[in-house]
Amino acid sequence: MSKILIRGAKVLGGEPQDVLIDGETIAAVGTGLSAEGAEVIEAGGKVLLPGLVDLHTHLREPGREDSETVLTGTRAAASGGYTAVFAMANTFPVADTAGVVEQVWRLGQEHGYCDVQPIGAVTVGLEGRKLAELGAMHESAAGVTVFSDDGKCVDDAVIMRRALEYVKAFGGVVAQHAQEPRLTEGAQMNEGIVSAELGLGGWPAVAEESVIARDVLLAEHVGSRVHICHLSTAGSVEIVRWAKSRGIDVTAEVTPHHLLLTDEMVRTYNPVYKVNPPLRTERDVHALREALADGTIDIVATDHAPHPHEDKDCEWAAAAMGMVGLETALSVVQETMVDTGLLDWAGVADRMSSKPAQIGQATGHGRPVSAGEPANLTLVDTAYRGQVDPAGFASRSRNTPYEGRELPGRVTHTWLRGKATLVDGKLT
Amino acid sequence: MQRHLISAADLTRDDAVLILDTAEEMARVADRPIKKLPTLRGRTIVNLFFEDSTRTRISFEAAEKRLSADVINFTAKGSSVSKGESLKDTAQTLEAMGVDAVVIRHGASGAPYRLANSGWIDAAVINAGDGTHQHPTQALLDAFTMRRRLVGRDAGLGQDLSGKRITIVGDVLHSRVARSNVDLLHTLGAEVTLVAPPTLVPVGVGSWPCAVSYDLDSTLPKSDAVMMLRVQRERMNAAFFPTEREYSRRYGLDGDRMAKMPEHAIVMHPGPMVRGMEITAEVADSERCTVVEQVANGVSIRMAVLYLLLGGNEPAVTHARTTEEK
Ligand SMILES: [Zn+2]
Repeated sequence: MSKILIRGAKVLGGEPQDVLIDGETIAAVGTGLSAEGAEVIEAGGKVLLPGLVDLHTHLREPGREDSETVLTGTRAAASGGYTAVFAMANTFPVADTAGVVEQVWRLGQEHGYCDVQPIGAVTVGLEGRKLAELGAMHESAAGVTVFSDDGKCVDDAVIMRRALEYVKAFGGVVAQHAQEPRLTEGAQMNEGIVSAELGLGGWPAVAEESVIARDVLLAEHVGSRVHICHLSTAGSVEIVRWAKSRGIDVTAEVTPHHLLLTDEMVRTYNPVYKVNPPLRTERDVHALREALADGTIDIVATDHAPHPHEDKDCEWAAAAMGMVGLETALSVVQETMVDTGLLDWAGVADRMSSKPAQIGQATGHGRPVSAGEPANLTLVDTAYRGQVDPAGFASRSRNTPYEGRELPGRVTHTWLRGKATLVDGKLT
Repeated sequence: MQRHLISAADLTRDDAVLILDTAEEMARVADRPIKKLPTLRGRTIVNLFFEDSTRTRISFEAAEKRLSADVINFTAKGSSVSKGESLKDTAQTLEAMGVDAVVIRHGASGAPYRLANSGWIDAAVINAGDGTHQHPTQALLDAFTMRRRLVGRDAGLGQDLSGKRITIVGDVLHSRVARSNVDLLHTLGAEVTLVAPPTLVPVGVGSWPCAVSYDLDSTLPKSDAVMMLRVQRERMNAAFFPTEREYSRRYGLDGDRMAKMPEHAIVMHPGPMVRGMEITAEVADSERCTVVEQVANGVSIRMAVLYLLLGGNEPAVTHARTTEEK
């Protein structure tokens, strides 16, 4: 097996060190390590992190291969510094059987750019009525541990309760897309000052908060673990903070775009800003940043949602909801959390690698950068600044809200179990 | 003035007064035996209606024809807009045909804005109503009607609506007319009060330049004009209010309520009126109700807007107008 010596990298943002990879594992971390027999990567003060883990990715395969495939999506992930992604279940067919989740998992293994851990649907066809075969999906080769009807809310309180209870048998977790459906009928954007002016249907914060409040109480009642997807409001932060203080086993994620963008962008009527949950207000953005810093929000997840050009190049109401995010996530987190002093790089490693791996039980990912650990690593040039150019994306879709925007940081190298998937910013 | 007219909020006070003054000139054309000006000869204007509105389309069409423009009516009703492709495709077809202006009516808020700002098309875009967002020419014709009635036809020239108290009553939440009027009337110096049950007032209205009241009776004595909005009966089924009768009792305008208004105060309605629920026949048919004038004024306003947007730097009717005014 090949040896790689990464020389002079700031491991988790600390003092420069050498990291020696031997085969699939990290052989040594230290100063002045011998380069004998190893390919040398001069890190030159770049930051070395454990490979990033995304608990919330839409890969679109099977069914919408025109927007993304497992191959293009995992190449995008590797470009963004990820070594593992959890693929949401809202595909066609829906990932609600052992057969579909195994297919997605195998494609990830075959392509070799990034481990793909499928998320299983909670209910058959995401219809919210009948539990999917959660146990069979767990026992399949894919070993599903995270279940979600993402895109839709498990809004029936009894179905949610049963799902939370049922997955306890194998240590699973239900990831909830919190959206009260009646309160969000016809919703197009955050309900508030901007929606009132633009005459677009409002998506009120309370539609998210009321479901989170219910679900943490359900999790407490049945002694289960619940994960809140893409939390987006200041009120949601307060509820999760309260639940944690009460000892309820809840975790939560925030997307990069909710850390940076606000509903003011919707004034352009450009559907590139149309996303679910919608962009909120400046006040929400600051509450989310602080909550991620203090650990109330556990992780950053991308909600990478690729859509073909024609689904966005139209009037707002007709456009699809979602943004791509894998290739810009780390830059947005650097801008909003690191460059603002809210989080150091060790904190980023925790929120974007260790914690998501723990929540999703992706053993082998999110490990410390130390000898004996799997060599899942990403190297980041944190001094870089440049404009986002979607033409260079590995993702099949280009629906990024950051086109032409200057963002800091660039992932230059990614290693998946010692094998380089990204070298000098180019996919292998 | 800007190249497009998308929102009443885009108009400055001087823009708006210029449009109202130009509309007065245009109105004089309607009194002539031959109601036609050569102003837009050789120009092509498309009325692009994705949503049915015979009244608005005919009003624009009359305005365009009085200015001698070539008019194409395109009704997209029934065509598939579910993927949103038809707006862009249609726009590009019109662009290829060398269209100078597009008058667009669309069910989706923001569609005219997208049409004007997406690089799909070079023509001037005039919003003839989009979703629950804006209907700027409606607001202009309402302001024109108010200025004529409350300030005077000749005395009003060059004037705005400073100090006038305007009350807008009804389904503000779903009303592009209300949004447009609040913006324009505020720009023109009027004091606007919205009156509606709280369920029909948008969350976020607090940032609008107007007052909000839930009590019609206490507002009427302080109103120079009362604008009644259409309330669709289906709102009742969506629990915006309990019953049609209760709505009428609390927010309908009948003879007794009209009597609480000052002598000079007028009653307005964007039409079409559904007599009974929001307005009684007695009020609708009274001298103080301006519905029919509003329709006539609509043509004058739309002539003024088309003329000014399509490079009206030559005399519109009689006296010369300098480009600085635009
Ligand atoms: Zn979701």
